[in-house]
Amino acid sequence: MGGQDDFIIQVRGLNNSFGGHVVHENLSLDVKRGEIIGIVGGSGTGKSVLLRSIVGLQQPQSGDLTVFGQRLKDLSELERQAVEQRWGILFQDGALFSALSVAENVQVAFREHLSMKPSLMDELTGLKIRMVGLDEGACSKYPSELSGGMRKRAGLARALALDPEIVFLDEPTAGLDPIGAHGFDMLIKDLQRALGLTVFMVTHDLDTLSTVCDRIAVLADNRVVLVGTMDDMLQSNHPWVREYFHGPRARAARSIR
Amino acid sequence: MDSGALSFRVMDENDTFQVQCAGEWTVRHVESVDSALKEIKSRRVAGREAVLNLAEVVRLDTAGAWMIQRTAAQLEAQGFKVRIDGLTLAQQALLDAIEHSFATVEMHPDEGPWYIALLERMGATVRQIGNNIYDQLAFFGLVIATLGRAIRNPSRLRLVPLVHHMEKAGLDALPIVALMTFLIGAVIAQQGAVQLQKLGAEVYTVNLVAIVFLREVGLLLTAIIVAGRSGSAFTAEIGSMKMREEVDAMRTLGLDPIEMLVVPRVLALVITLPLLTFIGDVVGLVGGGVAVWAMLDTTPDAYLVQLREASGFWTFGVGLLKAPFMALVIAMIGCRAGLNVTGSAESVGRQTTSSVVQSIFMVIVLDAAFAIFFTGVGI
Repeated sequence: MGGQDDFIIQVRGLNNSFGGHVVHENLSLDVKRGEIIGIVGGSGTGKSVLLRSIVGLQQPQSGDLTVFGQRLKDLSELERQAVEQRWGILFQDGALFSALSVAENVQVAFREHLSMKPSLMDELTGLKIRMVGLDEGACSKYPSELSGGMRKRAGLARALALDPEIVFLDEPTAGLDPIGAHGFDMLIKDLQRALGLTVFMVTHDLDTLSTVCDRIAVLADNRVVLVGTMDDMLQSNHPWVREYFHGPRARAARSIR
Repeated sequence: MDSGALSFRVMDENDTFQVQCAGEWTVRHVESVDSALKEIKSRRVAGREAVLNLAEVVRLDTAGAWMIQRTAAQLEAQGFKVRIDGLTLAQQALLDAIEHSFATVEMHPDEGPWYIALLERMGATVRQIGNNIYDQLAFFGLVIATLGRAIRNPSRLRLVPLVHHMEKAGLDALPIVALMTFLIGAVIAQQGAVQLQKLGAEVYTVNLVAIVFLREVGLLLTAIIVAGRSGSAFTAEIGSMKMREEVDAMRTLGLDPIEMLVVPRVLALVITLPLLTFIGDVVGLVGGGVAVWAMLDTTPDAYLVQLREASGFWTFGVGLLKAPFMALVIAMIGCRAGLNVTGSAESVGRQTTSSVVQSIFMVIVLDAAFAIFFTGVGI
């Protein structure tokens, strides 16, 4: 493989604006197969909008989105559904269906897209739930009975149900205590390694960025101003990047390492 | 080559027992071999070696890896020494990530036999109704006490929210109340005329409209519209404030949520519901008049004369007298349901539904009680 094939997601010339407020202007970004990329940016710079644009929850004004080498615009409804089954999304607070138990949440995709015997479905569900580090007692619980960290883990299990190739994470560690956040970071890294996932995550967490992410993309001035490793970030002269990665919190995060 | 195919062959020879796996071992395909894999057995075991050969496996995901591990564990349990062959590095990593534990998972909570569940639900509901009545009475007392304090010290009455809620619950409800009462007034007159014509008593249609509308229907209709419109709005408004901890913030700032949120709404409804009822009564009688005019050729003049004969002051007074009480009940139920909201958005929805159902129910119960009372006192 070489050239274009290495990029699993390609964003070209993306434009998004809301009522005159421009969020993205001619934004371009490439994500390599098998990497963990972290998207950072100040509040309101459109990190979540970028994620939502890629997965099709938000119709961009213009621009090309290519995922798995297929231009999303050109796909028919059926082809699009096939593509959608190859990625999984973890929303900020898990977005579990509140009327379903954790196990049923994970099984939604099995029931909807595959024909599978209940016994096998239960086995695979148990497997996914153990993989994300929940104990099996959580299976029959309802989302309202879970803590924030457990909801995120359950959400991740649901995102992983069909063994996707890409996982999108929206602020995976937001709202978790430092121990829980570190645990979740390690979980993402382990799963990525074991399953060969590509992980696209929007995050604010400097610890996550430095411990988990292979590359970091910085959103500022309506576009991606910088993509690179943590070292590239530290050497950058862009004012926002400097402030973000050299601020007091960043120093504290580095000194702990 | 069929890329979707997935297969395995069992070779049971001499001193090794081999399972050759091929094809796509992914979540989309594993179903086809699930039961066959579970039945793998060999008659001769005694310390032999089993080999799972994955050299021909094209793709492997967690579901496929689970199958492999499950089969390995199963063979081990039968007494084989199990080896997994022909793995790529990535596949090895995946297999390692899937630990083979076979704890049976309780996926679906056990609810016990249906009759126990039924009895349990009945008991819980009865208890809940009891608690609900008790709480509602307590809340009623609390609001009355706060209202009393506010009346003794009128500077504590919040005029701006009071006027705001009067506009929202009263003025804004006017078009729909007028439309509904006009239509129902016309329908009662029309249906009444059809029936009374059979007895040759169509002149009494006007009496029917006057008494039915002024005593009962005008008020009931208005109260039900207001319960659906404003009672639910009260619940949703206060409920979303409760959800966002605004009510708690009020308490910590030394403000009384009952005084700030509940009293203005209750007062606003107590003032506007009688006014709405009055307008509803008038419009309903106009609707009846139009229908009578169209069906029986009773002119508006004649209609008015007969109306005056058919209804006394109390016909009208009975209806209007009930209105403030209905308003009190609707507003109290709406506000209490709002304050009962806990945490989530579903809770707001649930409380809004129950507030509308309860207030409409209570409006009708109250109306029945009043009917008995007024018959008792003879008006």
